[in-house]
Amino acid sequence: MVLAGGLSYERDVSLRSGRRVLDALKAVGVHAEMHDADVSLLPALQADPPDAVVIALHGATGEDGSLRGVLDLCGIPYVGCDARASRLAWDKPSAKSMLREAGIPTPDWVALPHDRFSELGAVAVLDRIVDRLGLPLMVKPAQGGSGLGAAVVREDTDLPPAMVGCFAYDSTALVEKFVPGKDVAVSIIDLGNGPEALPIVEIVPRDGVYDYAARYTAGLTTWHAPARLDAEVAAQVAETALAAHKALGLRDLSRVDLIVAEDGSPQVLGINVSPGMTETSLLPLAAQAAGLDLGNILATLVTRAVARA
Amino acid sequence: MTGTTQDDYTDVYARRVRGMTTSEIRALFAVASRPEVVSLAGGSPYIAALPLDAVGEMLGRLGSDHGTVSLQYGIGQGTVDLRERICEVMALSGIHGASPDDVVVTVGGQQALDLLARLFLDPGDVVLAEGPSYVGALGVFQAAQAQVHHVPMDDEGLIPAALEEAIAAVTRSGRRAKFLYTIPTFQNPAGVTLSEERREQVLDICERAGLLVVEDDPYGMLSFEGDAPLPLRARRREGVFYVSTFSKTFAPGLRVGWILAPHAVREKLVMMSEANVLCPSAFAQAAVTQYLTTMPWREQVKSYREIYRERRDALLTAMRDLMPAGTTWTNPTGGLFVWVTLPEGLDSKAMMPRAIAARVAYVPGTGFYADGTGTGNMRLNFSFSSPERLREGVRRLSGVMEQELAMRAVFGAAAGHPHHRRRGNAAADAPGPDLA
Repeated sequence: MVLAGGLSYERDVSLRSGRRVLDALKAVGVHAEMHDADVSLLPALQADPPDAVVIALHGATGEDGSLRGVLDLCGIPYVGCDARASRLAWDKPSAKSMLREAGIPTPDWVALPHDRFSELGAVAVLDRIVDRLGLPLMVKPAQGGSGLGAAVVREDTDLPPAMVGCFAYDSTALVEKFVPGKDVAVSIIDLGNGPEALPIVEIVPRDGVYDYAARYTAGLTTWHAPARLDAEVAAQVAETALAAHKALGLRDLSRVDLIVAEDGSPQVLGINVSPGMTETSLLPLAAQAAGLDLGNILATLVTRAVARA
Repeated sequence: MTGTTQDDYTDVYARRVRGMTTSEIRALFAVASRPEVVSLAGGSPYIAALPLDAVGEMLGRLGSDHGTVSLQYGIGQGTVDLRERICEVMALSGIHGASPDDVVVTVGGQQALDLLARLFLDPGDVVLAEGPSYVGALGVFQAAQAQVHHVPMDDEGLIPAALEEAIAAVTRSGRRAKFLYTIPTFQNPAGVTLSEERREQVLDICERAGLLVVEDDPYGMLSFEGDAPLPLRARRREGVFYVSTFSKTFAPGLRVGWILAPHAVREKLVMMSEANVLCPSAFAQAAVTQYLTTMPWREQVKSYREIYRERRDALLTAMRDLMPAGTTWTNPTGGLFVWVTLPEGLDSKAMMPRAIAARVAYVPGTGFYADGTGTGNMRLNFSFSSPERLREGVRRLSGVMEQELAMRAVFGAAAGHPHHRRRGNAAADAPGPDLA
């Protein structure tokens, strides 16, 4: 069963991912059906339990670990990491803390719920943030994906509206030092021989900002796979991504988003445990660059999930 | 290897489609279609109120008894039978003496607007339209590479003095305004109606300026308080193109609308429609003709008026009871929509994710302006949801607005003025036609 839809802001993306996953699985002979994560899900799982579930849900439902917990309750295996690892990766501040403890570079940050701003006074807190982290800054929801609610802040006057925009998506904001460089994504898959990095994908948005429109409007972004990096730098990027996947205790597949700074050093920006699978998503592009068939990858991951049951 | 954009056609697209992108707001509307969400965002009539069994039986007979005609090609202008019925319908609205020869049947009102845009607009021409205006019309004008110049309204509709100023401003800029696009009665999205007195003034101003008038009248029959003022076309035979549809009085799924055009241009419209769609659906035309001939459609319209009046009352009462101080709204006497002005500093587009999280949806005001304004407004629909659901929607929405106000208070006035405002892209900020 492919789970897609849900009520998160990324419903539309999820439906497209789910459709792509379904088609890819069917193409390699796997019998699969798509299902929404709504009130009809549990009765459906009970009436006709699938051998395994592929979670193509994005946003909280698919990535905060809770749905994985419910599937555990039902005794139904699923592709991807367990509930605990999912919860940690989903919450960007938690994930960044774990990365830093593991010695994996990630930009300096501060994470604050909106309550703290009202209690302590927004101006004072924002001033401290700018003093400490400097400009430009990246503001994004502590939990969420697809670039929704995220903004680059280059002037301090842009910070308050960016915070309000971010808090419309989540009650906690992650404010991060903005590192200029190349945006890259490393998709990691484990087909049975341990996690391996697929070719690195470099992201070049036409208008300079990789926002929602740039991600999901074909033509607005150019992707280079493999990325245009020196072999040495590429190896270091892949190694960093693998280290991040392992540090968070992930399983089967993930996508690690990084920035390669001008000096060639990679820093991890975030980790996605339910990577997008749409026509313009990064993991399918990486698989294609590696000469791998998405359906075969997914079928192998399904077999591995079933074997875990 | 070189990079991929996942779109191999980027270099081939026509200029008019550049800038068509998906948007965050469109992503949020994908959630709004779920039953868990109270959607005040759509524009759907309450089709469940139709006598569906009888309509279904009639549609079946159209296939079984008249299939050789109803499933065949038709003529570009539309069937004579339907055009005669359309003239009867218009007579009820006060447009008397229209000839079926001057009626062109279209695929919904939308195709009527598209034909008029193709007929009159060259790239760079200006269209004057109410501000705010119907998003579907803005999309048509954008595709024609025309520029929309919005003219403000108040509670009595389009402001005549502002129209005169707009005409003068366009002339000063060396461009040419070809027509005024107006929805004078129960306007979408504003819900206001152009007053009797102003109707004459607006027509006089346009006549003096040599400006054609495209009168879009989908809602005129849905009056809650007596009859609506006479359409503009009922007052002038020349210079006014009257567009309407059966989408709000019968069924939008059939996609049947029409244009009543001055005699001279009717033939051009027909030829353009043939180039556009060949002919409107023969089956849909036969269905509308049968509906108008054999079923109590006038009673059905009356019943819609009553249902929508009750729902409007429920929505406005809930708003009076629950909306935060500083919120204002229009008081529609017909149609489907209320236009809301938010308290100072609130941004309807920025607030959308919070609303979706609270399981309520609306259309941000930016969906109704070609120039990106409208962040301080939103459109609410009252035709589709039950009075109870409407109240629940307002309850949720009020909570969202209170939270957003609190947030704005914390971050100060500067928070209300985002610096990175994208250029206007009304279609990206409004839902697709399927959203209820």
